[in-house]
Order: sequence, then C-alpha cells, then structure tokens
Amino acid sequence: MALSKRHPAALFAVLAVALGTTGAAYAAVSAQTTPKAVVLSETQVEQGKQLFLTGCSSCHGLAAQGGSDGPSLLGVGAAAVDFQVGTGRMPLAAPGVQAMPSMPSYNAEETAALAAFIATLGVGPAIPTQEMLDTSDAELALGGELFRTNCAQCHGAAGTGGALSQGRVAPNLMNSDAKYLYEAMVSGPQSMPLFSNQTLTEQDKKDIIAYVEELQKNISPGGATLGRLGPVTEGLFLFIAGLGVLIVAAVWIGAKSK
Amino acid sequence: MSTTEESIMAPEHASAQGKGGSVAYFIDDRLASANFTKRLLDKVFPDHWSFMLGEIALYSFIVLLLSGTYLTLWFNPSMTEVIYNGSYVPLKGVKMSEAFSSTLTISFDVRGGLLIRQIHHWAALFFVAAVSVHLLRVFFTGAFRKPREINWVIGTLLLVLALLEGFSGYSLPDDLLSGTGLRIAQGIIQAIPLVGTYVSMFLFGGEFPGTSIMPRLYSIHILLIPGILLALITVHLIMVFYQKHTQFPGPGRTESNVVGFRLFPIYMAKAGGFFFVVFGITVLIAAFVTINPIWLYGPYTPSQVTAGSQPDWYIGFLDGAVRLMPNLETSLLGHTISWNIIVPALVVPGIMFTALGLYPWIEAWATGDKREHHLLDRPRNAPTRTGLGVMALTFYMILQVAGGNDVIAAAFNLSINSMTWTFRFLLFALPPVAFVITKRICLGLQRRDNDKLLHGYETGRVLRLPSGEFLEIHEPIGEVERAKILAKPDVIPMELPASVDANGVRNPKAAKSVMRAKLSQWFYSDVIPTPTDEELQEAANHAQHELHAAQSHIKEIASH
Amino acid sequence: MNELEHPTSEPYGSKEGKDLVSGITIFPMEPHVPRKSDIDPKAARRAERQVATMFATSSLMIILFVVAYVKIPNTTLITIPVIGTVNANHLATGFAFGMAILLIGIGAIHWAKKLMPDVEVTQERHALTSREEERQEVASSFQRGKAESGFAERKIIRRSLLGALALFPVPLIVLLRDLGPLPGTRLRETIWEKGMHLVTDATYRKIKASDVPLGGLINAVPENLLEIEHEEENLNQRGKASIIVVRMDPADIVSQQGENWDYQGILAFSKICTHLGCPTSLYQQRSHHLLCPCHQSTFDLSDSGNVVFGPAARRMPQLAITVDSEGYLIAQSGFDQPVGPSFWERG
Repeated sequence: MALSKRHPAALFAVLAVALGTTGAAYAAVSAQTTPKAVVLSETQVEQGKQLFLTGCSSCHGLAAQGGSDGPSLLGVGAAAVDFQVGTGRMPLAAPGVQAMPSMPSYNAEETAALAAFIATLGVGPAIPTQEMLDTSDAELALGGELFRTNCAQCHGAAGTGGALSQGRVAPNLMNSDAKYLYEAMVSGPQSMPLFSNQTLTEQDKKDIIAYVEELQKNISPGGATLGRLGPVTEGLFLFIAGLGVLIVAAVWIGAKSK
Repeated sequence: MSTTEESIMAPEHASAQGKGGSVAYFIDDRLASANFTKRLLDKVFPDHWSFMLGEIALYSFIVLLLSGTYLTLWFNPSMTEVIYNGSYVPLKGVKMSEAFSSTLTISFDVRGGLLIRQIHHWAALFFVAAVSVHLLRVFFTGAFRKPREINWVIGTLLLVLALLEGFSGYSLPDDLLSGTGLRIAQGIIQAIPLVGTYVSMFLFGGEFPGTSIMPRLYSIHILLIPGILLALITVHLIMVFYQKHTQFPGPGRTESNVVGFRLFPIYMAKAGGFFFVVFGITVLIAAFVTINPIWLYGPYTPSQVTAGSQPDWYIGFLDGAVRLMPNLETSLLGHTISWNIIVPALVVPGIMFTALGLYPWIEAWATGDKREHHLLDRPRNAPTRTGLGVMALTFYMILQVAGGNDVIAAAFNLSINSMTWTFRFLLFALPPVAFVITKRICLGLQRRDNDKLLHGYETGRVLRLPSGEFLEIHEPIGEVERAKILAKPDVIPMELPASVDANGVRNPKAAKSVMRAKLSQWFYSDVIPTPTDEELQEAANHAQHELHAAQSHIKEIASH
Repeated sequence: MNELEHPTSEPYGSKEGKDLVSGITIFPMEPHVPRKSDIDPKAARRAERQVATMFATSSLMIILFVVAYVKIPNTTLITIPVIGTVNANHLATGFAFGMAILLIGIGAIHWAKKLMPDVEVTQERHALTSREEERQEVASSFQRGKAESGFAERKIIRRSLLGALALFPVPLIVLLRDLGPLPGTRLRETIWEKGMHLVTDATYRKIKASDVPLGGLINAVPENLLEIEHEEENLNQRGKASIIVVRMDPADIVSQQGENWDYQGILAFSKICTHLGCPTSLYQQRSHHLLCPCHQSTFDLSDSGNVVFGPAARRMPQLAITVDSEGYLIAQSGFDQPVGPSFWERG
C-alpha cells in the first residue's frame, strides 16, 4: 500500500540506489578477487613448492604425479589450482563424494604461489586476466543460448544447481565470481567436464559469464522466487501456504460465532 | 405459489414486494419459477469447514475461466519461429515460437499481464489441490455411499480432466520446461503398443515437436476440456443440491433431516464471501510469489534441457512412477514393448483411477451395505476404510516425493541412486504398514470415545484421599459430544452361508458367497461396540457415587 | 417446506428416540447460545462498523489499483525485503486488487457470522426413490413405446439400424487421418551420414580433434542442420540428431558399440535419451557417467553407453566418428539404429 502511494520517480530512485549499490559491491568484490597479471617469479614458485610439499603432496604425490587419494596435477594449469584452493574446495576437509566450497585455507598470496608452482609442471589453462572477464562487450542473449546448451542441464536454467549421480551435485552459481566461473569451465573441477577455449571460445565464455551475472541480480518481476527451484517448491508453497490459508478461512466460516 | 389469478394480479403487487418484486413477477409469469425459487432460497446446508473444500475447487475454476479469458486476448498459440524483440533484454534476438514470444509479451509488456498469468497458474494449482483434498474428505467420511455413487464417479472424472487440463495449459507457453514435459508425454504415447507411433504422428502432425501441437493443445485447453469440465461441474452441483448435502452426526441430526443454515441469506453471504476470499488470496499470492518464470527457462528446443525438470505438482506422481520403474523392455517378433514406460505411465494410473471410480461399489459389495447414508462416518468409526484410504494415500505420496527426487537430493545432499532404491522398497513396504497403523489408531480412538462415554473426561484435577490414594476427577462429557459418539452406526457383517442347503444339496454358489462373507467380516473386523444403555446407566451411577465421595471429602478438608 | 409424501417408501423417520435406518440414538438439538452481538447492541454496532469499514476499504483499494496501473511504469523495479527485486506495477496492482477482493469476502462472512441469525434450521429430506407404482408406470410406458415402435418384432429394421449406427462414427474417425503423416521410417532416420562434420551446437563451429580436451564435453549437431531452414524440420531433426562429444583416456574405454568408433579417445553419443527422449548431457567426466535429468537414467560412456541405473532399457546409441584431412571431426556413417525412445515397430 505504502509502495503504490509513492511517486513513480521514487521507485526509480529506489531502483537506482539498489542497482548502484549492487554494482559497487560487485565491482569491489571482483577487484578484490581478480589477481594481477600472473608474474612467475622464482621466489613465488619456490614458495608454492614448499606449500605444496607440506599441504598437498600427501594425496597428490611428492611430484604432483597423483596417487590413490588424489589425481595428478601435471598440466592442470594455474586456473585449476586457483579454483580449487581459492574456493576452499582444496585441501579436502574430509574424504567424501565431492569437494565442496568452504573457507579457503590459504590466503591470496599463498594461492597464487601454489598456482604458480603447479603451472611450471605442465602446460595448462592460466588464471584469467581482468580483461578476459570484462563482460561489457558480451552478448547477453547469446550467452543465454550457450548457457542453456552447455550449462543448464546440470546447473539448471536459473543457475541454482542440481543433482548428479551418487550424491554428487552441480553447485548453485548464484554466488560464484566471474573468475571462478571461467576457471571451472576451463579446468573441469570434480565431475564437471572441460570446455576448452577452442570449442567454447573466450568470447563465448564471456557471454555465458554475462548471462550468469544477469541471473545473479536475482530480478524477479513476479514476486518472491521460492529459490527458483521450479514446480517442486511452487507445489509445496501452494499446499502449505495457499491451501493452508484457505482451510483456515473455511474453519473460521464454519466455526460458531460467540 | 403461482396460480393464474395471482399472475394476472401481479403488477399491482409488485411494489408491495420490494424493488426486486417486479423482476421476480416478470420471470415467474414466464417460468412459473416461484416454487423452485422458494426451495432454493430456503435450502438448508449443514455447516462444517470440510464441506467448503469443494467450494475452493469451484471458485478456483471460476477464477481460471476469468483469467484464462484475459490470457487468450494476448496469447498466440503458434509455433511459427520469430526473433524476439520485446522488452526482456536477456532474450532479445533469440529465435523462439510465437507462443513463447507472446507469453513473454504478456509477462513484460502488457501491464498486469504477469499478474493475470500468475493468477491463472496459481489458480490451476489450487483447483487440482482443492479437488484432491475434497475427494479425500468425501472418501474418509463415507460421503460417496448410496445414494451418491454417481456424483463420486463424476468427481473422479473431474479429477482426471483437471489433470489433463492442467498439463495442456502447462505445455502452452512452449518454454524449456514445458517442452521437456511435452517431449516426455510424446515418448509415453509413442510407447503404447500397436498404435502408439501412429497416435503420436497424428497428434503432433508428424514428428516431435512439429508445428501443429500448440494450436491443437490450445483448442483442447480452452474449448474441449473446459467445456466438459463445466458441464460435469454443473451436474455435480445439481446432484448435491437435489440429493441434499450430507451432515456429520450430532444432536438433532438424523438420516432423515438436514440441520444447518438457509441458503438465503446465510450461505449467500458465507459461500459468496468465500468466493471472494479464494479469489482474493489467489490474487495476493500471484502478486507476491512468482510462478513458472518462463523467461528463466528460455524457449524450447529439443536439444536443450534444464536440471530439475519437473511437472506441476499434480503430474508429480506420474513422473515419480516413471522414475521408480526398473528398466524392463521386451523385444518380441520384431516389436518392442516398453514395460518401463507403459506400466508406470499408463497401467498404474489406469488402475488407480479405475479403483477410485469404482470404490463405492467395491465397498458396498464387500460390506453388503445397501442402505442409504446421509449421516457421515467419522473416519475412526470406519477403521478399514480409513486404513485403506491412508494406504492408498501413502502409495501416492511416495510416488509424488519420488517425482521430485532430484530436487530433494540436491537440496539435502542425498544420493539420487540410493533415494530411488529406497522409494522402490518403500512403495511396497510402507502402504501396508500405514494400513495397520491407521486401523490401530482408529480403534484406539473408538475405545477412548467409549471411555469418555462411560467415565467422562479427565478434568486434570487430582484429589488425594485420606487413604493416600490419588483420584482424578472425571466430569461427564457434554450432550454434543455424547451425540457424536453414540452416532456410531451398527455394522452387520454378512454371515457365512451354509455350504449345503437344507436338503443336503451342495450349494454351487457357496464358494463365492463364503469369500464375500469373509471379506465383509474382514472389513468389519475388530468392531468395538458402543456401550449399551445398561452400561451407560451403571457408569453414570458409579460416577455419581464417586462425585459424592469426592465432594464430601472436599468439604471435610475445607472444614479443617 | 412442503415435502412430497411417499407412503409406500418410507425409509426414514424416527421412533422412540432411535433413527429407524441406522438405529442410532437421536439427541435433541442443543440449545442455542446467543452471541454477544445478539444481546449487546454495542457489540452489534461494532460488528456493523467493522463490516462497513471492510467494504469501504475495498473500494479504496480499487481506486488505488487504477492509480497504480496508470502511474507506475511497467518497467519499474523495486526491491522489497524478503520478496526481492520485483516489478512495482505488478506488485502494487496485484496487492490492491487482491485486497479489494479479499475484503469483500471477509466483510460478507463477518456480516453473516455476527449479524445474520445463527439459529440452525432443520429441514426434512425427501426420499430419493420413487414409489413402486410410479416405477411400474415408467416400465409400462416404456413397454408401450417399445411395442408401438415395433423395435422388437421388426428384426430387419432393428438390425439395419444398429448397423447404420455402428458405422456412423466412422467418418468422424477417418476425418482425423490427415492430422499427420504415417510414421514411415521417420523415427529410424537422422540427418547424419558418412563424412558429415560435427559442429558445436548454437555456434555451429567445426570441431578439431586436437581441440577436444581430455575430460571435455561438447554439445554438437550435424553440420547440415544449419542448412535446414524450415523451422519445423529443423526442430524435428534437432530432436533426433543432437549428440554429445566427450574425450577420455583411451585406456579408460572398456568397450564401444563398434570397433574404432572413437577417434583417439573422442567418443560421440546420441544426446536423446533412449527412455523418453529428454536431451541427456549431464556428463560426469571422472566417472564417465551420463545422467538424464528427467528420470535419472544413467549411461556409462566408457562402456558402450550401457545403462547402469534408472528406467532406460537401451544403451545410448554411439555415432562412429573419425577426422577429415584437416583434423576436423566427421561421422564415419549415420547412426546404426534408431535414436530416442522406443516404439512398437522398433524391433
């Protein structure tokens, strides 16, 4: 009621503030997490090697050749390390069906050092530069097409995630940074397949990231989203809230008045 | 009464009858409707909240007709390909069908269009939900018994039609989710032995998806099924009106009367008001909670799919059945029989709805009860029926939950594979357990009822007698509750027939009769008789005595 | 209400406090307890004011609806806690309209509950069975009509009429024939053929074998799909010819549907589920399992695409591939079996 009494301009103002804040917050977050151009300094590689030997080699092997507890890291590239360590998936908290994101165990500097070290072991996808993640020239609609063709089957058309076999999941993308989206596509973490830059070009990836960022704005013209999980939550809501209210009304009508 | 003389004199009396009088006379002069109108206005309906579940369904249907009519003004059910150029930016320039594009137009470019779409969709979910819950009420109270079997069958047909109507509407926007649903429906049709391929080719005008299905579904959705629904709903209501509503037992309620309020003015206000409540709540939900955001799913193309592909809730049990079925397929003489599809998608629902429609006759046959019933059973007083109902509901619910197993698995970090196996097991294990438990609960409640009759209810006040003994004071229950409990109808199980008749000749029909009698005895097994008048009298005397003792004791304490 | 008298069929009625039909005890109606609004004029006036307020507020809401509809542009978004960022016009008009309707309803019910009489009325039921003589009359009327028509005696007329009536719906069915074409071999064929390039879906780029990474997934279609302009055929063919291309370590490949159908560990499979036709591309590169999102059928792509879980009965058809002289992936031939869900004539 209060809302509709406002002058339309007020709504614009609210919108502008909301969008502005979101944008600013976003810019701050991406500035914070996007690393500067990777400089492979000797000391950084050496630091990374030490960190690897103490923290990772027990599973991935002393030469990162892999073992029964962890895959080989030869040629996985810096992108894979940045994704796995940066999102806190590695080191694995406990053996389970799937590494899940958590608080990162290494700080940005240590992560960069680890990535630098692994990158020296074989040619693999690098950490994307700021320019590669700049979606200002992205085609949103094409990104949507590509997202529905390549990503929606696991992550859902709304990017809210989905189930895979044997308790594995395709995670919700609603809070994923552009950098990690990119790194996941090129490195194929856990069950996820790889999407190389030759078959899904850098521009394609930009378009997809732009589309996911659009989804992340969580604009829902029609009202509360119910988690964007589709007809299952809609049906639950209908029975619990909708039919619930109507049955309460029916009980009120049928009750004797005092 | 409308006699000729009165009709002639009508205009003079009109003013005396108030403002509506002249209209009433006008109509009665042509239809002799006075008698009917009087009956209508004076019609008595019993009051109980559960009798309004069917009204929710009726009102949702009216909301559906209204909102649906608005949608037809903008929706274009064509599969002609267009390039979208509306105001929803993330889909600008994308190829899509006119059906999808016009749905986007309704959602983003028509003011209030999204509201109408959401009202329509929420009302559709309400409609089927209310039909289902209304069906459960009718089942568990035994309202389907003679003389209302025909209306029960009409109700079953209404439910099936509601499912078809809902599914055809869900498919119309041609978005990724609905297209996937349609693809599955096409796969099911194609799996029908012998004719499936032909039926599918004819229905879709060739291969899937083709360009014919949307216009065809559209005429099915807005003309054919709503027409039949409207006709059947009308018959359904006329029959309720003509046969008069059932009522719950209570003081003054008998098999031969109806106790309640008159249609005019009480029900005009209450039921009319309830229409506005149902409509208003639907509009408010549509305003505040989004449903089926098709722009997120994108236009349908047969090479794309989204995780969490689900139908609307009422098709969930079918989807669940299809998910749980093991992968059986037979290849025989150059033909393929897909048991994995026809069993869960056609045979199981076929059996479910046939059994549902025939249930009044199944029960009447099993119990031998051919009497008319206008007083409802309290569910506890028909333990076997209640048990059977809960058993069927458990079966349905497992299928329903299995239909959402991927969403549940993702939300609660469970394994789809182990969930599927668990549900396969539970589908057969849980319903019988539910039957036994429900029946036990019903019998327990009956015993408690008898206890209440004999010993009254526990007041919670405890007295300590001089002997050190504790005594809780019981108060006799009120007349209303007494009437309710004592209204438990007598049940008469059929008697086992003699296998030989009086002349010692073997009765050839005996085997069948024995089976039936055993069925009847099973249905009425574990009867807990209501206390006899003598028992009640004795209990009353005892209570009186106890009360006196307690009262004198209290006096004693007070005097100290 | 004057009920019809049916002396011969009297299944109802009561005797000595017992219902004749069910045998249950009949209790007298409970006494009516007056409401507060029945005895206290103040309470009645309060109820009256409440009802009138609701109706008046409803009218206000309608005015609000019209104002919101006209004044708030359809493109305005507004962020509201809990609900999220929504269309302001939608929310305002929906709220006003919904409240307007709801208040009429609540007002009317409140009126009925507080101010209209709440003494329950008893009405007798009328019998739902006709009297026996009436039934007999109907039966004799029917017999008379039957005799007059001669339906029973004139066998020739009866039989020819039944025949004609039996055939009369035939045109109604025949007229449906042109709803669609006969199946023919449509369900058995796709547009894949020998030498056809595999191209990426949505972007239609040829795929170089060396560009497919280990553990990679490409959603692909045949090159000539782009040439099929006619939208109907395009979607129909897309529904059959869509494939996925994956690459795994050749050492991980347990079996294939044909010898050397892969190219250096690159395998191509139909994307259309053999169960009910959903596009199936939830490829899990570690386990090489392919999951269908619709009914969870799971196929092992490292082992001939065999079914390892779920309701699908047949393995996922494999497309034999190789490379052209420039190293781009091409089909060795079309599919060797129908793709997609089963059908009666499939064999």
